[in-house]
Amino acid sequence: MTAPSANQDFPPPKILTHPSTSPPTLITQGAEGRLYKTTHLLPTLPCALKYRPPKPYRHPALDARLTRARISAEAKVLERCWREGVPVPAVYAMDAARGWLAMEWIEGVPVRVGINNFLGEGEETQTKGEGELVDLMKRIGEAVGKLHRTGVVHGDLTTSNMMLRPRSGTQVNGESEATGRDDRVKVLEGEVVLIDFGLATQSMSDEDRAVDLYVLERAFASTHPRAERLFGAILDEYKTTFKKAPSVLAKLEDVRMRGRKRSMLG
Amino acid sequence: MDITKKRRRIALGCEGSANKLGVGVILHEGDLSDPSSCTSTVLSNVRHTFVSPPGTGFLPKDTAHHHRSWFVRVAQQALTDAGLSPHEIDCICYTRGPGMGAPLTSVAIAARTLALLWNKPLVGVNHCVGHIEMGRAITGASHPVVLYVSGGNTQVIAYAEQRYRIFGETLDIAVGNCLDRFARALEISNDPAPGYNIEQLAKKGGRVLLDLPYAVKGMDCSFSGILTRVEELAAQMKAGQGKGPDGEPYTAADLCFSLQETVFAMLVEITERAMAHVGSSQVLIVGGVGCNERLQEMMGAMAADRGGSVYATDERFCIDNGIMIAHAGLLAYETGFETPIEESTCTQRFRTDEVLVKWRK
Ligand SMILES: Nc1ncnc2c1ncn2[C@@H]1O[C@H](COP(=O)(O)OP(=O)(O)O)[C@@H](O)[C@H]1O
Ligand SMILES: [Mg+2]
Repeated sequence: MTAPSANQDFPPPKILTHPSTSPPTLITQGAEGRLYKTTHLLPTLPCALKYRPPKPYRHPALDARLTRARISAEAKVLERCWREGVPVPAVYAMDAARGWLAMEWIEGVPVRVGINNFLGEGEETQTKGEGELVDLMKRIGEAVGKLHRTGVVHGDLTTSNMMLRPRSGTQVNGESEATGRDDRVKVLEGEVVLIDFGLATQSMSDEDRAVDLYVLERAFASTHPRAERLFGAILDEYKTTFKKAPSVLAKLEDVRMRGRKRSMLG
Repeated sequence: MDITKKRRRIALGCEGSANKLGVGVILHEGDLSDPSSCTSTVLSNVRHTFVSPPGTGFLPKDTAHHHRSWFVRVAQQALTDAGLSPHEIDCICYTRGPGMGAPLTSVAIAARTLALLWNKPLVGVNHCVGHIEMGRAITGASHPVVLYVSGGNTQVIAYAEQRYRIFGETLDIAVGNCLDRFARALEISNDPAPGYNIEQLAKKGGRVLLDLPYAVKGMDCSFSGILTRVEELAAQMKAGQGKGPDGEPYTAADLCFSLQETVFAMLVEITERAMAHVGSSQVLIVGGVGCNERLQEMMGAMAADRGGSVYATDERFCIDNGIMIAHAGLLAYETGFETPIEESTCTQRFRTDEVLVKWRK
C-alpha cells in the first residue's frame, strides 16, 4: 500500500486494504468523513470513497445509528438525483454498516476554492469580473432548483459542498484575450456538481426548502462576505428553474425573520 | 489623556442581560502600537445570581428587580477587590444586548449613573463578543472556531474580515434553554444552575441511551423537537410507565444522560463541520453551557481527532460576568469607540456579526 502517512494517521476502511484496490490517496478529512481517491472495477475508473469512521466523542449506540442512517440516506438520495438529472456524482457501491460509500470522482475544485481564488486576497474586487461571478451564482441557483424540483433537500448547502467541474474541452487558449478575460475568470468556469448528501432528506415542504436556502445564504455571508451581495442571482435563477419557487421564497422571508428574532436573548 | 498613549488602561464592566448580575474590573497594560506587548489582568470579578425556585424560570421583572437591589453592593465589592478608587478607571462598559429587556435596562441605567457620577466615558458592549474576547484572552486561543452556548444563544462563530461571523446556530431554542426547561419538567434545582445539576445527575445514568430526535441541518441545529420528546419521556416516567429499549424502567439520571449525549453530539458535530469549512483546528467554547465538562470532553476528543485542541474556561468566565464586558469594552475603547450618554440604550436583539471588530486584523 502507498500513502503510508495517511494510513498511519487514519486507518482506512477494510475495503481499501484489499490487494485488488488501487492505492488510495487521502484527499481530505472533511467535516465528518474522510475522502479517498481510488478506483472502482477498472484501474482507469477513478472513484471517490467516502468513509465515516466511528466518532470517538459520540456514544457508540448513537454513533452507529447515525453513521448507518447517513450512508444509506446519502446513497439513496444520490441515486434519485442522478436518475432525475440533478448534477451529482453517480453511486458505485456502499456498505452502510461499515460506513463507506463509493461514487464517481468529480474533477475540479470545490466552489469555495474557486470563489476564493477568484476574489483573491485584495479588497479591490468590486467590479472586476463581476459578470462571471454572477454567472456562477446562476449555475448554483439552477443546480439547487433542480435538486428541490426532485423532492430532495440537501441539508448542508455550502460552497464546500459543491464542485466546479471543468467542462471537457474547455482549454485555456490565447483567444480569450479578445473578450478581456484572464485566468482569474477561468477559475469560475465549469459545471456546478452538488456533493455531500449526508444530511439530505426527501422533502417537498416549503419550510425545508426555505431552510436549505437560508443555510446557503448564511454560508455565503460568512464564507464569502465580499460576494454576499450577489446572492440574489442564485435566488433569481432558482426561480427560473423551479416552478414552485415563489412559495419557497416567501417562506424564506419567514425563516430569515425568525433568524433575526432569535438574537433576542444573550 | 489620550487613551491610546496610556500604558495602563482600566475599565469597569457591568453585565445583567439574564439572571446573573456581574461587575468586574480589568487592566490592560502595554503599548497599543505593539500588540505583542499588551497584557490583560483581571483585577476583580464579582457576581450575584438570581435563583428561581425549582420548576420555575426567571421572569424579566423579578430579574430586573434583583439586579437593581444588588447593583450597588456588587459594584462596591468589585472596586474593593480591585483596590481601586473611581478616578483610576478609564471607562465604564455595559451590556447593550442581546438579552432580556428589563434586566438589560436596569443595568444600563446603573452604568450610566456611574459614568455621570464619576465623569467617565461609557462603552456599550455586545454580550456575545464579550464572551468571545474573554475566552480568547483567558485561554490564549488565537484564531479559534467559537462555540457559543448559553441559555439564550447557540452559535458557531469564526472571525473573518473584522467581524465575528455566524456559521451555524440554532433554528429554534438555545441549547441552554432546552436544558433549563427540561430541568423544570423534572423539578431539578436551579441552584447553582439547572445545567450543572443535570450534569451531576447524568453521571449516575447511562445504563441506556434513550432514542431522541437528532436534528442537525448543516451547521445549524434544532432543539425544540428533542425538548418535546424528553418532556414526554419525563411525564411517562413520572406516571411509572417509562421503559427503555431494554424493557426496564429508566430513571431521571438516564434521561439527563441521554439528553446530554444527544445535544452535545449535535453541538460537536456542527462545530466540527465549521472547523472543516474554515480550515481551523482550534475550538473555543464560551457561554454558560460551556462549563459542562462532558461537553468539553467530547469537544476535546473531536478536536484531537483533527489534530487540534479545545479551549474552555471555568465558571468564573464561562458564566455571564462583568469582567468580559469590561475587557471587550476596553478593547473597543482603545480603538476610539465610545457610546455617548444620549445613545446609551440597550437592545434585546443584537447579533454578534453586527459589531465591527476594529481591534483585530
Ligand atoms: N465525488 C467526489 N469527487 C471528488 N471530490 C470529492 C467528491 N466528493 C467529495 N469530494 C471532496 O471531498 C471533500 C469532502 O467531501 P464531503 O462529501 O463534503 O464530506 P464531508 O461530509 O466530510 O464534508 C469535498 O469538499 C470535496 O473537496
Ligand atoms: Mg462537506
